[in-house]
Amino acid sequence: MDIKITIIDREGVSHQLEAPTDMSMNLMEVCKAYELPVEGTCGGMAMCASCQCYVLSGHELAEKTPDEEAMLSEAFYVKENSRLGCQIAMDEKLEGLKVELAPE
Amino acid sequence: MIKTDIIIIGAGPTALFTVFQAGLLKLKCHLIDSLAQPGGQCAEIYPKKPIYDIPSHPEIMAGDLVDRLLKQIEPFQPGFTLGETAVDIQRQTDDSFIVITNKGTQHHAKVVAIAGGLGTFEPRKPNLEGLQHWEDRGVDYIIRDPEKYRGKKVLIAGGGDSALDWTIVLAEVAQQVILIHRRNEFRGALDTVDKVQSLKDQNKIKLITPAEVSVLKGNTHLQTVVVKQQEMTTEHSVDYFIPLFGLTPKLGPISNWGLEIEKNAIKVDNSLDYQTNIPGIYAIGDINTYPGKLKLILCGFHEATLMCQSAFKRIYPEKRNVLKYTTVSGITGFDGSRKEVQKSTIKSIK
Repeated sequence: MDIKITIIDREGVSHQLEAPTDMSMNLMEVCKAYELPVEGTCGGMAMCASCQCYVLSGHELAEKTPDEEAMLSEAFYVKENSRLGCQIAMDEKLEGLKVELAPE
Repeated sequence: MIKTDIIIIGAGPTALFTVFQAGLLKLKCHLIDSLAQPGGQCAEIYPKKPIYDIPSHPEIMAGDLVDRLLKQIEPFQPGFTLGETAVDIQRQTDDSFIVITNKGTQHHAKVVAIAGGLGTFEPRKPNLEGLQHWEDRGVDYIIRDPEKYRGKKVLIAGGGDSALDWTIVLAEVAQQVILIHRRNEFRGALDTVDKVQSLKDQNKIKLITPAEVSVLKGNTHLQTVVVKQQEMTTEHSVDYFIPLFGLTPKLGPISNWGLEIEKNAIKVDNSLDYQTNIPGIYAIGDINTYPGKLKLILCGFHEATLMCQSAFKRIYPEKRNVLKYTTVSGITGFDGSRKEVQKSTIKSIK
């Protein structure tokens, strides 16, 4: 099953994407698959914050792991709704998810 | 001037394996890397994390992979210029190259292999107004020599290993060390965290958490750092402010070398030999791009192997060469060492 999600890039442009839920992909990987400007430098280990985004919709996401907490405590431009895209697994509950990419 | 056959820019797994493949062809290599130790990302970012897709290793720690590669290339005695960034390349009239680092070290070779991974690791800088103005005037992002801070007042910011490690080192040297971090929790090796705790308990350092630096003040040199701790701000008289927020890769000076760049990577001819648009300069591993490119260590190994065959032809256009199997030919190191298969004995059994 694919879900529809919305990504607002750093220029403010809104992208509607279809993300597969059966490929064990995370949000960072979905962005990369659609060639959005997300670097994913560390490959998804919650160690670089290049996939930081602000969650705009009210979806209930899985709790942050200690690694994600630690990385966000060192990252820049962090807000209350900051998450690392690489730690958000695509599943059906995230239908309609809307996020904005944080500045680099 | 350092002279070699192949200058390798980078010292990650692909760069290291290039030394091996070049060595089989009796070509010498010299590696240049901006980090202080070989291994690239594997050593710097995730040495204690496992990799599962290295053929024949069901599981191997990234740090162990680097150690094994270093062991494997030992016979081929690679040279290293570490802690320096390759900033300039000059093509000579005979089509050889001179590569110069930010410290002015010069290297000469007929072939250059760029195996720079994600690029040069540069310190991540906090978003502080006027920060740039204080660089070299009291703001340092990298500690090169702790002696610089002897008897000085230092404020370190960060919550990872390097902030903790340097707090411990500078506590012995500096007149005063203040460590500030946005959270109460630190991410570091357990014994490092414990050591910092005991330094704090002994009043050898001052710890301010959860807090952030908000303003830098001074005249010709940094004098005061304003720290915001929840609703409270405090001013601290310091000689140095050292933000340690990790490293981030940038393609860096390589992007000005006239190489064809696409999406932050160097375009190469993958149907042949991973050469760039400049003959004699190759790009292998994560730093290159071509249709179907995959950024995997194992693909880097393959690219390095093909590239070395092409480099050999470039360096010795008149010499004939044929692929040899190490099991058959063994390995003859530049250090005189020799590895070969044990000869079977021919003897009749009565």
